[in-house]
Amino acid sequence: MSESPRKFFMSPPEGAERFFEATKEGKLLIQSCPSCGRKQFYPRKICIHCGSPDVEWVEASGRGAVHTYTVIHQQGMPGWREEVPYVSAIIDLEEGVRMTANVVECAPADVRIEMPVEVTFVDEGMYTLPKFRPAS
Amino acid sequence: MDHEVLKDAFERTRIVGAAISDYPLTPHLSAFDHHILAIRKALADAGLGLKDVDGLILASGGMGGMTPMGMAEYLGIRPTFVDGLSVGGSSFVYHAARAALAVGSGLCEVAVVAMGQTGKSGTRPGRGMRGRGGGGGPPQGFGSFFWDSLTGLPLIGAYAMAAKRHMHVYGTTSEDLAEIAVAARYHASMNPKAQYQDPITVDDVLSSRWVAEPLHLLDCCVVSDGGGAYVVTTADRAKDLPKPAVRMLGYGERIGHAGIGQMPDYTQTAAADTGRMAFGMAGLKPGDIDCAELYDSFTITVMLLLEDLGFCNKGEGGPFVREHLRVGGPLPINTDGGGLSAVHPGMRGMFLVTEAIRQIRGEEGPGRAIAREGGVDTCLVHGVGGQLSSHATLIVGKDS
Repeated sequence: MSESPRKFFMSPPEGAERFFEATKEGKLLIQSCPSCGRKQFYPRKICIHCGSPDVEWVEASGRGAVHTYTVIHQQGMPGWREEVPYVSAIIDLEEGVRMTANVVECAPADVRIEMPVEVTFVDEGMYTLPKFRPAS
Repeated sequence: MDHEVLKDAFERTRIVGAAISDYPLTPHLSAFDHHILAIRKALADAGLGLKDVDGLILASGGMGGMTPMGMAEYLGIRPTFVDGLSVGGSSFVYHAARAALAVGSGLCEVAVVAMGQTGKSGTRPGRGMRGRGGGGGPPQGFGSFFWDSLTGLPLIGAYAMAAKRHMHVYGTTSEDLAEIAVAARYHASMNPKAQYQDPITVDDVLSSRWVAEPLHLLDCCVVSDGGGAYVVTTADRAKDLPKPAVRMLGYGERIGHAGIGQMPDYTQTAAADTGRMAFGMAGLKPGDIDCAELYDSFTITVMLLLEDLGFCNKGEGGPFVREHLRVGGPLPINTDGGGLSAVHPGMRGMFLVTEAIRQIRGEEGPGRAIAREGGVDTCLVHGVGGQLSSHATLIVGKDS
């Protein structure tokens, strides 16, 4: 793996720093709104359910299921190109929000929709990213 | 909502000219050249000139050459209405309603909508992700496009996720999706300008390599150069112009989300809403439509649109596509060969509109098929931009 070029990533959007500080500590953060009690992902400065600006960070369990996915076979971006085929997926977290993440530690052909998964954290250099593996 | 203002604007306005600059491979033309050439040709088609133009609509706001301000100055016109709305490939369908509202309300009298891109021969603006920030380092991400990109997700992968979910929920197969690509190629075989013209089979699609499972190479649109333009003016002025005028009958638009990670339902797009709005305004139902120009970035895009627009029930797109899509069939679609085979420079929506105008006018030519014997009275255009994100439905018909 070490000879592969570093993966290309965009720099973080406003307000995402806290999320990536937490992933370094092995924590998966989502947001919860004290005003309406609902949750959201990705992190924003406003609640998409009620418009409140007072959204709070809460730790997610890291458990979920695959909602849908694709196996990427062609990708021009440096670092990713060398990893094909790999799986990008939409994960239904048990807190009721969805997150886009790679499914790892599982052959692409073995991934299934509705498969239970759990979070694992991978140091990708610029970010430590939450990825999901088949639930133990 | 009864949409009286837009219906009134449609009453007062007509599409009177349309042209394609050129496609599919045009190394001699820049994106800017495509705009200029398409505008000149569309105005000539309308029997009008640049001096008549007081409305200019392009799919890019801000400053610079390919923006309404820069282009107006370059052309030597001083428009009283401009619009630079850019919501991806569907933009030029959105622009039709804006042109009708501007002309119908009297803000301008002759509005030109134009596009040009060199997706194949040149560098498409915004194509590369590296170096766009200008100040060194990677560009700053935004919204779901950022969060999705952390998984190495390319655009095709976003559509593949919707296809995978549709297969899971409704039992749709790769063979079903392949039928859409086969029909597009059949129509491309009748279009001497199409980028790929040799007929293909379902097996050809299935044996082409994976790009992003469950989408194969031949489930994906071509990458071309191309441009086009169309002209909208008042119904009164249209009476004195040379070509048959085309009437706008119904319209609806909706942004569903931006990146695929925030799509509310992976098996249903905002086309379900835009179709309902457009049919309601036109007083028509799906069975009244003679042919449809549906944005075909990928085969799954068409499958979702056929269901969401009500041409078949949700989940029944698979059986539907096997017998409906070809010229002479119950619902011919993408009669120029579509983005899947004819032309897709990055934002294909312009070609949906220009092809619909050709169908309504009945402009036959060598190898140019008209969807229905006896002519096309109604054509539905549907643009999709982003990652199944931005939707606009436009129904056009003959001027009665």
